[in-house]
Amino acid sequence: MNEAQRLVELIPRLRRYARALVGDRATADDLVQDTLERAWAKLHLYRRGTDLRAWLFTVMHNVHVNRVRASRATDTLGDEMPELAQRAPQGDALLVRDLDRGIARLPADQRAVLLLVTLEEMSYEQVARTLGIPIGTVMSRLSRAREKLRAMMLGQPVSAKLKVVK
Amino acid sequence: MINPASEHDLQAYADGELPEERQAAVAAWLADHPEDAERIENYRRLAAELRSTYEGVLDEPVPERLQRALRPSRTRRFAMVAAWIAFGAALGGILGWQFHSMQPNPAAGTEAASALARRAAVAHATYSPEVRHPVEVGADQEAHLVTWLSKRLGTQLRAPKLEGVGYSLVGGRLLPGEQGPVAHFMYQCNRGTRVTLYVRSDMASNRSTAFRYTREGTVGVFYWVDGKSGYALSSGDISKEDLLNVANAAYQQLNPP
Repeated sequence: MNEAQRLVELIPRLRRYARALVGDRATADDLVQDTLERAWAKLHLYRRGTDLRAWLFTVMHNVHVNRVRASRATDTLGDEMPELAQRAPQGDALLVRDLDRGIARLPADQRAVLLLVTLEEMSYEQVARTLGIPIGTVMSRLSRAREKLRAMMLGQPVSAKLKVVK
Repeated sequence: MINPASEHDLQAYADGELPEERQAAVAAWLADHPEDAERIENYRRLAAELRSTYEGVLDEPVPERLQRALRPSRTRRFAMVAAWIAFGAALGGILGWQFHSMQPNPAAGTEAASALARRAAVAHATYSPEVRHPVEVGADQEAHLVTWLSKRLGTQLRAPKLEGVGYSLVGGRLLPGEQGPVAHFMYQCNRGTRVTLYVRSDMASNRSTAFRYTREGTVGVFYWVDGKSGYALSSGDISKEDLLNVANAAYQQLNPP
């Protein structure tokens, strides 16, 4: 089976990851389309025999980062949660029941790690390679993402410190 | 007892990433720390919930635009070129038949077009190996480059965007043509392969021609004429098929339907 066919087979997984990453369907499919076009144009850079899925997700990661950067250039949001400040209002206790909304509130770099580990079931090493970061960073982002998400789902303040400071 | 389970161990345990020999120790530690055990259990539940939340996407039919993204209309492009060639041949045949008695030199337009291809190939062979001075004006001053060349050629030029097919603009220069100034744009892919686009604005025939291909020595050229504009895209390093891909991208932007 050649690379093109294998890329076709990976489309549903790209769509799943993109949906969880950006939320709505149309934006997610736009991201997938940009990713596929770029992957197609850059296919000569893929080294045969290496992990095609990791390579493809790397392409998607880069495309996503560029898209976010481009959209950020047009608005003036802060760094912490660039794409989602417009979503839910801030409160002392963030009662976010829906998992996808919780994910959307995570900082982008933590969200990517969490989704690759849980949704794509990549090993830490594959995630590190896909995102081009050290394994230690993968693990600390994962840990922070989970703790934030858990706190949100439980309706607790995101920062653990807030619990003890009175 | 020393805490044998670091936070990283716990995360890895939740993800089944922990080496087998460590699993028992972490499990034993968790048995003594119910709060952490519950937290880890919660992480696992979150992961399972996440998968079930998005599982449905895997079964959704893939939209056609996504399938198309991977077959960048190679078939469509070939079909288009084939259509152009067929159209050109048919038109040439009809015109040739109708006018061959009154037109003294029916091949004049074709000759001018092949001269265009020859000159483009020479320009390509001359400038594309240049390491230090491949262009006069670099892509960092693209707007200036296009304005300048447009002014000299007396027509509004465009440097097509070829990133979609893997080539980015290096820059361009002004060249002497048969009768006047010619614009020359250079593109490069990230492997360093170059293609050049040669643009004339003084084609005498003022007729449009089909998309044509020729080889001049080691340089392959796709060329076409649109009214007074003549275009030729050359490369010495890529296959005819790859060059056609680039030529099509340029053609579609320079001759929008």
